[in-house]
Amino acid sequence: MSAKSDLRPPPRARRWDAPRVAGHVLMGVWIAAGVLLAIYLVGAFSTDFAQRYGFRMLSGFWTTIELVTLSLLIGAAISLPVAAGRLSPNPVIGALAYGYVYFFRGTPLLAQTFLVYYGAGSFRAELDAVGLWTFFRDAWFCAVFTFSLNTSAYQAEILAGAIRTVPRSQIEAGQALGLSRYVIATRIVLPQALVVALRPYGNEVVLMIKGSAIASIITIYDLMGETRRAFSRSFDFQTYIWAAILYLVLVETLRRLWDVMERRLTRHLVRDDT
Amino acid sequence: MELFTLLSFGDAGWGDEIARGVLVTVTLALATLPFGLAIGLVVALGKNSEEPTLRSAANVYTTIFRGLPELLTLFLVFYGVQIGFTRLLAPFTDARVELSPFLAGMIALGLVFSSYASEVFLSAFRGIPVGQYEAGRALGLRPWQTGRLVILPQLIRLALPGLSNLWLILLKDTALVSVIGLSDLVRESGVAARVTREPFFFFAVACLIYLTLSILSSFALGAIGRWSRRGEAEH
Repeated sequence: MSAKSDLRPPPRARRWDAPRVAGHVLMGVWIAAGVLLAIYLVGAFSTDFAQRYGFRMLSGFWTTIELVTLSLLIGAAISLPVAAGRLSPNPVIGALAYGYVYFFRGTPLLAQTFLVYYGAGSFRAELDAVGLWTFFRDAWFCAVFTFSLNTSAYQAEILAGAIRTVPRSQIEAGQALGLSRYVIATRIVLPQALVVALRPYGNEVVLMIKGSAIASIITIYDLMGETRRAFSRSFDFQTYIWAAILYLVLVETLRRLWDVMERRLTRHLVRDDT
Repeated sequence: MELFTLLSFGDAGWGDEIARGVLVTVTLALATLPFGLAIGLVVALGKNSEEPTLRSAANVYTTIFRGLPELLTLFLVFYGVQIGFTRLLAPFTDARVELSPFLAGMIALGLVFSSYASEVFLSAFRGIPVGQYEAGRALGLRPWQTGRLVILPQLIRLALPGLSNLWLILLKDTALVSVIGLSDLVRESGVAARVTREPFFFFAVACLIYLTLSILSSFALGAIGRWSRRGEAEH
């Protein structure tokens, strides 16, 4: 205990004022809802249901993770040249990169997915001629393709924004030391930019997980797809509840892990004043 | 060129169907907005409260509706309300409760929008110095008056950039409601694409219309932003 905390006034006596009552009532509602949900799930649960759909939903869960990971990695690779374009002093390249980012961020992912998956049919002869038709006929590849392009636009914007936050003087200092452009980029600019980009990258991963549910609409059996299939066969609402729980667990785990990672990577920026 | 005759209005083209879809898309987004903003503000007040239970209750709300995929929230609302109410009313009547896709979309998108909006409002609350509240009290304003006359105008200004972003996201998220049968822009384009066998053309048109809506929104939001900052000193 430092001397500082001893000088704090004693806590005020807490009365049952309106916010306190409201807070307890609302928490009570949440807890009651949680308990009711648990009772419902326990009551509705049957080994038959678990055997028939449980394993499939878990495999759908895995498909979701695969789809998201693959799209994020390919998107990260594509985002590098796009981010470079966004930062380029050349107005033509800058405008092209801006148009790319604007298109993918300004239209719904669902419409983009339809544009690729159904739209590819308009160019069947041309795609067949170059041997790409088997690629675009496959829903899985179309989803990975669309999601990668979509996330690359968002990631490019994150990366470009983060690089802009690195002060010019950092680059000038590198040049004054006679470092090569490559060393300045990888040892000075990127490490500082990536710390800034960490949080938006985390948000983008979560957005991609949530957005990937759209793949179920073009017949991919990811977690959402398996859930819809199970519901259309059993008309049992608990399928959607289980899916919600799985998605929430996935997103929350990721968010917590990201927080831990961020704290570790930014520990040199925290000043310990106490 | 013959592709563009497909967009003409009347019996020959799909222009009027697509225009109706655009209207549905915009109406849904505009109808969701006030509820999303109001609930978001209330949830933000909860998060900003000194009462820990109120803060937790508000945080649970955000965690759930920000963590779930929008599509899943939509299905949960659409089927959940139908099944729940049908079962609830089963002892009295054997009527089935049906929820229109528009209403389901409004509820689901409102839940998602409000949970994000509450975060925007919360950080706006944190950007208002405590001296503003104290000044209101010193002037003899009641807490309600301080909130309405002193805090709210500043809150709107601080929250506007974040809310503008959320509006653009909301506009795009309405596309999901086509999956449960709402005849919005995506669905009408899909019908046109199937009938004419020109899927690429019609989905490209849909994308361009969304882009146009985004651009128009940006202009409008920019104007609102300038209006909200009209009291600031010129730079």
